[in-house]
Amino acid sequence: MTTPLISVKDLTIRFRTDEGLITAVEDVSFDILPGQVMGLVGESGSGKSVTAKALMQLNAGNTRYDPASKILLDRPEREPLDVLSLKRDRDLRVVRGGAISMIFQEPMASFAPAITVGEQMVEQLLIHTAMSRVQAKALSIEMLDRVGIPDAGRRFGQYAFEFSGGMRQRAMIAMALSTKPRLLIADEPTTALDVTIQAQVIDLMKDLVSDFGMAILFITHDLGVIAQTADKVAVMYLGRIVEKGTVRQVIKTPLHPYTQGLLNALPKINDLEAELTPVPGDIPSPLDRPPGCVFNTRCPVAIAGVCTTQVPRYSEGEGGRKVACHLVERHQAEAVAT
Amino acid sequence: MTDPVITATNLTVRYTIGHGLLTKKAYLNAVDDVSLSIDKGSFFGLVGESGSGKTTLGRALLRAAPITAGEVIYRDDEVRYDLRALSKQQMKDYRKRAQLIFQDPYAALSPRMTVRDIIAEPLEVMGLTRTREETDARVREIAAKCRLNLEHLRRFPHAFSGGQRQRISIARALVSGPRFVVADESVAALDVSIQADVLNLLKAIQRDMGISFLFISHDLSVVAHVCDHVAVMYLGQLVETAPTRALFARPRHPYTSALLSAIPSLDPDDAGNAQKLEGEIPSPADPPPGCKFNSRCPFARERCRLEAPALRELAPDHFGACHFSEEFDFSRGGATGSAKGLQQA
Repeated sequence: MTTPLISVKDLTIRFRTDEGLITAVEDVSFDILPGQVMGLVGESGSGKSVTAKALMQLNAGNTRYDPASKILLDRPEREPLDVLSLKRDRDLRVVRGGAISMIFQEPMASFAPAITVGEQMVEQLLIHTAMSRVQAKALSIEMLDRVGIPDAGRRFGQYAFEFSGGMRQRAMIAMALSTKPRLLIADEPTTALDVTIQAQVIDLMKDLVSDFGMAILFITHDLGVIAQTADKVAVMYLGRIVEKGTVRQVIKTPLHPYTQGLLNALPKINDLEAELTPVPGDIPSPLDRPPGCVFNTRCPVAIAGVCTTQVPRYSEGEGGRKVACHLVERHQAEAVAT
Repeated sequence: MTDPVITATNLTVRYTIGHGLLTKKAYLNAVDDVSLSIDKGSFFGLVGESGSGKTTLGRALLRAAPITAGEVIYRDDEVRYDLRALSKQQMKDYRKRAQLIFQDPYAALSPRMTVRDIIAEPLEVMGLTRTREETDARVREIAAKCRLNLEHLRRFPHAFSGGQRQRISIARALVSGPRFVVADESVAALDVSIQADVLNLLKAIQRDMGISFLFISHDLSVVAHVCDHVAVMYLGQLVETAPTRALFARPRHPYTSALLSAIPSLDPDDAGNAQKLEGEIPSPADPPPGCKFNSRCPFARERCRLEAPALRELAPDHFGACHFSEEFDFSRGGATGSAKGLQQA
């Protein structure tokens, strides 16, 4: 059994706001193994970005992590490090940009506009490694070249606004990878890109996983992108993981009604006759979380009196698959009984 | 193509760039010699990458972008307008008949107006109703069509989710009773489940009210599902136009085929072996000579660099602008094979 690179246990995150304490993430647990790509999918407001940011403690100052929550980062030859126990920014440098790097949806907003792309790449290398400026520059240019930016030496001296959207995202990836992180968090990295450029970036990320052997936490709302990149996937709804398993399991035979709903709402290019079926209703406000199963207000198969009162436990399936649904639990119990 | 609501002939929208004191004036054709016609009651899709000129074309058809050359004719049961020669009065009238739905429902609605006022504003500005009662009745009627209830009308936009906001923008666009609506990336900012809901609403409106839509999107799978006719745009020009089914069954232009194969498949075992486009869309200020797609085309030959292909009818109602449409099968799967064959030849 391989030791997980990162192990998230019972992560619960609340935000203190004027309107009271808001639960953004509740009882979320998952492991990522070295070299594994894990997808995190869900609608806006499902808590996927908040979960990912917690791995680097990047959430805002009003964030309250539940005392029972643990985020354990594996370290060679040492006890795993609990990221949430780190309080000082100085200590967090081991994690931020060290063991874990992150790339964001909007690369224009992630680069400082008045500093050259190269200077920003060099700066983080000087902070996180023992490299000299000359070495850092050489590595940065090499990385820009590696991610397919033509004429990397000249591009190194340019500003982010001189890059096209696709090129900015490549530069972002080059920068995130230059410190050789063991985990890359990619938060909707292809959402703002055209399909053709998205295909290029996905190919690039796949290559990099095999070359560098790092793990990726891939956040997206696009199940097609997940199908093409991830090994396993967790589906989030209103702060909870409702279903997780291998990509093949979850996409080919979704068990949770929410996962099924997401797939039915998706236009499929191979089946133009299929009706688009929206998941009924809107995602409830996090201030007004439904009791019982969080999905019961929109669930077409909710069991009255059960789903509205009891939080569903995870039913285990083959290959480590987990589903939090009362109906699935019942079916499994019936199957055992007969 | 019997009864078009919009007919554009050789439409060009040209912008001037870099007109400093010393620099020479340069031009950029955002829309370059485009001819198309949109049938009455049609759900017409327009796809292409960012920078291909989709939005500019949509706006030119609404006379919201300047038409530099060519002709655009709007026609319905009552009027026929030449968009380049509209009088002030006709312009006002055209605004009632042709409307726009925007991409971002968060930016498109004033946070300081109630939903009722947002939807009623076009009626008041255009002077379509005489009394407040008439306005209210009209607002309620259109709100109901967009599945908004009376309770919603009293609230402000901040109280609504993205999907509800988009329904409000749709109601606002429809309240003046337009015959032609341009929906510019109207579902791009929405989550998939809400996207499905808004798409179904737009389709229902098209069917029930007989409105013709120009549906601009970069998402081919969405277009495939809702549109009956599709035009594919690249660097300001149409490279292919066809009925949806024909286009997806057999794309006649390598760009269409590349766009199709770039859609990430939902099947994890379908390891995207289809052809991938290299590079990025060139600047419209400096397009490649010959066929504008030649710099990224896996099939490009000498002729493509010298001679611009014209849009021609390759099958009934199926138009493509490629010199080699007859020679190669660009449909998915077949594309890579033919490209290899070409290199060997």
